[in-house]
Amino acid sequence: MQPLPLDSYLNRFSTAIRACLGLHPLVALCGILLLAGCGGGGGDNTIQIGEYSSLTGTAATFGTSTHKGATLVMQETNASGGVLGKQIKLLTEDTQSKPEEAATVVTKLITRDGVKAVVGEVASGRTLAAAPICQSNGVPMITPSSTNPKVTQVGDYIFRVCFTDDFQGDVIARFVHNSLNLKRAAILKDVKNEYSVGLAHYFAQSFKQMGGEVVVEQAYSEGDNDFKAQLTAIKAADPEIIIVPGYYNEAALIVKQGRELNIKVPFMGGDGWDSAKLLEIGGASMEGTYYANHYSTSDPRPVVQNFVKKFHEKYNETPDAIAALSYDAVSILMDAIRRAGSTDGPKLRDAIAATKDFDGVSGTITIDNNRNASKSAVVLASGPDDRQE
Amino acid sequence: MSELLQQIINGISLGSIYALIALGYTMVYGVLRFINFPHGDAFMVGAFVGYYAAPRIVPLVGGSLLIAGPITLLLSMLVCSALGVTIEKLAYRPLRPRPKLTILITAIGISLFLEFGGQLVFGPDPKSFPTLLPSAVIINTPNLVLRSTPVIVIATTVGLMLLLRFIVMKTKLGTAMRAVSYNQSAASLMGINIDTVISFTFVLGSSLAAAAGILYGSLYPSINPLMGVFPGLKAFISAVLGGIGNIPGAAIGGFIIGLIETFVTGYLSPTYRDAIAFGILILILLFKPSGILGRAESEKV
Amino acid sequence: MGVHATKVVLLAAIAISFIVSLFQSQINPYFLQIIIYIGINIILATSLNLINGYAGQFSLGHAGFMALGGYTGAVVSTTLGATPGGSSAVIILPLALVLGGIVAALAGLLVGIPSLRLRGDYLAITTLGFGEIIRVVIQNLDFLGGARGFTGIPKLTNFFWVFSVVSITVFVISNLVNSSYGKGFLAVRDDEIAAQAMGINTTKYKVVAFVTGAFFAGVAGGLYAHFVSYINPQQFSFIRSIEIVVMVIVGGMGNTPGVIIAAALLTILPEALRPIAEYRMVIYSLSLVIIMITRPQGLFGRELSLRSLLGRLRKQAMPV
Repeated sequence: MQPLPLDSYLNRFSTAIRACLGLHPLVALCGILLLAGCGGGGGDNTIQIGEYSSLTGTAATFGTSTHKGATLVMQETNASGGVLGKQIKLLTEDTQSKPEEAATVVTKLITRDGVKAVVGEVASGRTLAAAPICQSNGVPMITPSSTNPKVTQVGDYIFRVCFTDDFQGDVIARFVHNSLNLKRAAILKDVKNEYSVGLAHYFAQSFKQMGGEVVVEQAYSEGDNDFKAQLTAIKAADPEIIIVPGYYNEAALIVKQGRELNIKVPFMGGDGWDSAKLLEIGGASMEGTYYANHYSTSDPRPVVQNFVKKFHEKYNETPDAIAALSYDAVSILMDAIRRAGSTDGPKLRDAIAATKDFDGVSGTITIDNNRNASKSAVVLASGPDDRQE
Repeated sequence: MSELLQQIINGISLGSIYALIALGYTMVYGVLRFINFPHGDAFMVGAFVGYYAAPRIVPLVGGSLLIAGPITLLLSMLVCSALGVTIEKLAYRPLRPRPKLTILITAIGISLFLEFGGQLVFGPDPKSFPTLLPSAVIINTPNLVLRSTPVIVIATTVGLMLLLRFIVMKTKLGTAMRAVSYNQSAASLMGINIDTVISFTFVLGSSLAAAAGILYGSLYPSINPLMGVFPGLKAFISAVLGGIGNIPGAAIGGFIIGLIETFVTGYLSPTYRDAIAFGILILILLFKPSGILGRAESEKV
Repeated sequence: MGVHATKVVLLAAIAISFIVSLFQSQINPYFLQIIIYIGINIILATSLNLINGYAGQFSLGHAGFMALGGYTGAVVSTTLGATPGGSSAVIILPLALVLGGIVAALAGLLVGIPSLRLRGDYLAITTLGFGEIIRVVIQNLDFLGGARGFTGIPKLTNFFWVFSVVSITVFVISNLVNSSYGKGFLAVRDDEIAAQAMGINTTKYKVVAFVTGAFFAGVAGGLYAHFVSYINPQQFSFIRSIEIVVMVIVGGMGNTPGVIIAAALLTILPEALRPIAEYRMVIYSLSLVIIMITRPQGLFGRELSLRSLLGRLRKQAMPV
């Protein structure tokens, strides 16, 4: 038997609601409006920067990396006296790896917390959901690693510090065609993942233009673990190289199972492959594989070595490319705030747009007219010897 | 020709995992008549127990996989059984007299709880599963490869299926399980302790999930807290296809789903792979809801 | 309440929606967004309640209907070239919503057919399968953007449209189930075989429930697409369906006011738990289990049984 007070309360409540059935949502609305206080805004001595990333959900590993990179910049900046005499406060919100959540949290960061700039997200799908909100509110946003060309087309407040999928697809195609001198490629893409589908598309486009041939295109879905059916079909088409434009987890399993099926040809992927887990899961099978990436930890430039060292000290792990990009995104933002001398939306936007030859971990970054980063890509071979293109 | 043979091997190897998970679904469904959604997640927990335990056990026994493998397996079965029995006691038992739908929702809740809890406890990133099964090459021609790992997995599946059938058909507890499945109140009037029988069912089901988790990790050495979702759904479909509640049916259903998925991927359209299993499910339910080996039940009026 | 009186309430609700929408710019966009989501979730939950709560057919495929409505609506409005704030939006958005609803309703008809033969768990898993198949098909359609999603949907949804549709949904579904015709739903739910024996056409009732429920889910999908302006197939996975089911369950199956409150609460709850982001899904799932164990009839129970329970309580004059 339920206690009486609850039920009598509910009864009163539900009678009231029944009396105004259609009105109820508005009753709820009034409740919320009453509850709604005014936004935060931060004190006078801090500058609030919003970060939205996938801390939980399917892309949680990427979000965690992004967050680590961003946190590192924030701490360094604050330790050295902050920016414009103010401390930086990083407000982080979780997107649960869902686009609709990305839109919600960015709205919250901008309109409730009053952040001056936004950094995020890893995946283009979620960045695309959030970008229009930053644009319409006039708050600059820098995405560390969304490679879909459409992202920065949203508007003049949206920037990125990574290269785009069409560029990356072209790099992979050129590497396969010119450096490896292979003409018959197979593609195994993740149809559930917009990044993979996009990269596969741009690779195929460039590769065909160069005179290469895509002999077979196979597909899997994120979360699959068995790729033997696809690999057996690919093997029957006898390609000279297999392009796997997906994430590292599936890529490692694909290469491993490919080797188990006696597939001897090289495999190649994009920046989604970048993770220490690639070798951990793939093991010895990763011999004879390549991937395009934003940077290489063995790059001797001081900024890279310094970053790798500090990252290792703080988190006891080697930073992946996403952590490096997030580090660069926040660093460029700090630099732009200094140059703008203000956190005013339009001024900050113009300062970010004017970023030129910034010495970032992921390369020398110049923001071009389309608000994309013009920079180089590296192609890494599995094993100790990195090759740079 | 060798491509076809290779695809058959691929399909049976994938199917053996579905079959193994399906056995657990079918066990619980057979006795309690509801979909134990968290079964796929118990499978995940089983794999993680192996992940954490194996590196500690292997050095203890002098690096011998032959000893470390079974110990890890037993430990994982033990942990999962404890988990399964706890879930049953805390969440399902109070709901037993209530409508089936209530239990189904609770099961979904627990499933989500294990997935998100797993992300908190184990971390969301994929982990590399330690080698527990010897990976020797049995057949090795340029176009046809057969390794020992899938063979061991298939053998274990068939072995567990036979063991399970023996337990259910020949032992006293198995008879009690069947009685409870047939009519709970009548079974209880005959002096059968319903609670014990149901707990035992969960011990069996969870142990199977643990075994599947360990074998899955050995076959596909990357595990994560969400790994149970899709294999779980497909295994459930396998159980329905074979006739839910029927032990050999679950195994047959698993192998069929594995083969169909492999062939559709290899020869038709890989992009529709996710939809195939569901398509089969809908067709089966529409035209032969009792599955391949199940018996049709008429509704009591 | 007679149909006439509810009509007055409906018109009043739409009028108030309109008045409030005039002050939309006064509301903090974050709260406005939550309020819009609450409205969309109310439409989804009350329409699913018709299928799950009133007709007793357990469906786990609501996200699939929502996807169909969302994509259809997006195609309609982008083809016709609607712009936010433009006068054409007043015609294009309702058109997009209704067409989205119709496509979803046709799918509802298709899904309703297996429901004639299946019940309980089997139906649940079949509808889940339908929802997933819809998602996979969309994922493979290049003209819808495939996995890359559909971008550039005009942001036409505002407070007025959402809460007008909420009012219409609640009005239609309440009148449907409260009419003498609607008693048939309850009969199908409570005892299908007995209902059949009494000469009730159970087939018709089930199909009507599926088609109507799917129609409103499709409309909700359209509103959603025109609010977030970017959709991709992943947003309509079966997790979304489960979220809607949870709203119905927590509110109490077959209890429209309860479901409305639950939809609002469960939209706000994850937002309230945002500061402890990492734990909130764990808390969410755990509260679901606890609610099921302690109040399996939902927080508010079935309308009728709640009333009778209270009557009994009063009669017995239970000490507090």
